[in-house]
Amino acid sequence: MKLPDLLSETYSSLTVNKVRTGLTMLGIVIGIGSVIAMVSIGQGAQSSIESKIQSIGSNLLIVTPGAQRGPGVQISEGRGTAQTLTQEDADAIIKEVDLAKAVAPEISRRYQVTAKGTNTNTQVVGTVASYPTVRNVEVDSGTFISDQNVKSLSRVAVIGPTTRDDLFGTDSDPIGQTIRINKVDFKIIGVTKAKGGSGFGSQDDMVFVPLSTAQRYLAGDTYVTSISIAAEDANSMSAIQQQITDILLERHNIKDPTKADFSVINQADIVATASSVTGIFTILLGAIAGISLLVGGIGIMNMMLTTVTERTREIGLRKAIGAKKKDISTQFLAESIMLTFLGGLIGVLFGWFFAWLISTFASITTTVSTTSVMLAFGVSAAIGIIFGYYPARRAAKLNPIEALRYE
Amino acid sequence: MIECKNITKTYKNGETETDVLKGISFTINDGEYVAIMGPSGSGKSTLMHILGALDSPTSGTYFLDGRDVSKLSDDELADVRKNKIGFVFQSFNLLSRATVMRNVTLPLLYSEVPKQKREMLAKDALTSAGLEEGRWNHLSNQLSGGQMQRVAIARALVNNPSIIFADEPTGNLDSKTGEIVLDTFQKLNEHHAHTIVLITHERYVAEHADRIIHIQDGLIIEDKENSAKRVATLHHTHETT
Repeated sequence: MKLPDLLSETYSSLTVNKVRTGLTMLGIVIGIGSVIAMVSIGQGAQSSIESKIQSIGSNLLIVTPGAQRGPGVQISEGRGTAQTLTQEDADAIIKEVDLAKAVAPEISRRYQVTAKGTNTNTQVVGTVASYPTVRNVEVDSGTFISDQNVKSLSRVAVIGPTTRDDLFGTDSDPIGQTIRINKVDFKIIGVTKAKGGSGFGSQDDMVFVPLSTAQRYLAGDTYVTSISIAAEDANSMSAIQQQITDILLERHNIKDPTKADFSVINQADIVATASSVTGIFTILLGAIAGISLLVGGIGIMNMMLTTVTERTREIGLRKAIGAKKKDISTQFLAESIMLTFLGGLIGVLFGWFFAWLISTFASITTTVSTTSVMLAFGVSAAIGIIFGYYPARRAAKLNPIEALRYE
Repeated sequence: MIECKNITKTYKNGETETDVLKGISFTINDGEYVAIMGPSGSGKSTLMHILGALDSPTSGTYFLDGRDVSKLSDDELADVRKNKIGFVFQSFNLLSRATVMRNVTLPLLYSEVPKQKREMLAKDALTSAGLEEGRWNHLSNQLSGGQMQRVAIARALVNNPSIIFADEPTGNLDSKTGEIVLDTFQKLNEHHAHTIVLITHERYVAEHADRIIHIQDGLIIEDKENSAKRVATLHHTHETT
């Protein structure tokens, strides 16, 4: 049978019982639709987490005190709380790592910050002039901390937009005003641009002060909490990572690299870790939705088996007028594939619409990717073949004489 | 042309073997109108299945137009049916929700005839089968029994087969519409020189053919020219629709 004839035969067979065809197709529509919607939520989470990680800086390496856990490592060397990195370490990195575009040591801790009658608990970061370059921070109004501020231990502060809103009211101009951190007054010289994101660790809820000032008035020592390094490009990152490790091992007099009292985190590693987490999340959501797709597929098989029984005489007749086994099985297979293909098509549109609804009304980022659409189509066509194969083979194997006598 | 030599058919059901045909030999020439007559259980249906290439004999040879079709595979038999044979069944076996046109063109789909030619052949076949043109685009379940059987005859004719097998074609019809169907066969035989093999258990129906092969218990007990040939009497005006 020629293809156009096959398609028209398939179409007329499917439209004989429109309600049954529609209900069977609904199973596939719901299956494919939920796969598309669920995967779009997963992929949306993935891309929003990745963009958040990218927003803290590009080609970024962060050195933190404390060792990566290994054999014989004591709990006292906990990362982030140990004080093993100093100002001198940062200076050595600036001097010796020539591939680094910019280096910004920082000291950060949460403090209660007060202004006239208002107060907030926020992250106070003592850092240097290169910080905006390294961490992708932009100044909205005023200026950022300058090298001069760091040298002269100026008591100046640059605040984030959220902190400004909390202390001085939404969209006010706080430049020139004074805030008090740990009983020390700081004059506000700038406000950073909003980066988005909310809650704990927001880049918008921060107060930046000169590193030296923070060490002298707030921390009282010369240790730093972390050193951020921006590489020239992504390719030089691992070289820089190696250089920094070598310099610090030498400076800290450590022979065995596994016993290092610091760790160098590569931003690419963070992205990879986050992606693997959200990847698992996506697979999980997709798998749950996949179950409904499987149920839809079984619905197809059920309908096709019923159809084969109902149409036994028709199959007998078709064989009597010259249809071969292949003609019969192709016809039934074409019917189930057309069902799943149409169901898949409607399901993709439905899932797309659902993803749009979710991102519009629930403010969850969703991403419908071409890959997931192609995959959904592939899966639905495959379901048509897999679940249509057995009924089609059963139809093809019918003996024409018995089929014609079937009541 | 049909040439059968010593055809037997044995059905096995577990340990028991049933001999349905016990050695049948005859020849049917092109253009003949033959009735195969016998009571139920005589083996006439089995014989028709073998002659119609729906089944293979256990032993013996069957030549259809000079080709031995007794030992062909399923797919080769399907080709023989497609090109050489037309069937008319007792219960019509039309696709009920399809139009008359679609029913008649169905065999042409399998022989991959182009769409325009299909319509042309179907119209010729419907004209030969005597179905009035007004009904050609009706759904087949809107037709009367007699009209349905003529659609089935048109479907059997459309591939221009060597032989038309009609298995109890009047069995589901009242006597008047039965006459019309028998008249159709008669005309096809006389005017268009189609070879027709009529399978029936009724002597009355068989007597419309030129030759009667009488089968009983798997053997031919009589094979002779029909001396008392009946001519179908028509009552077109009384046909129920």
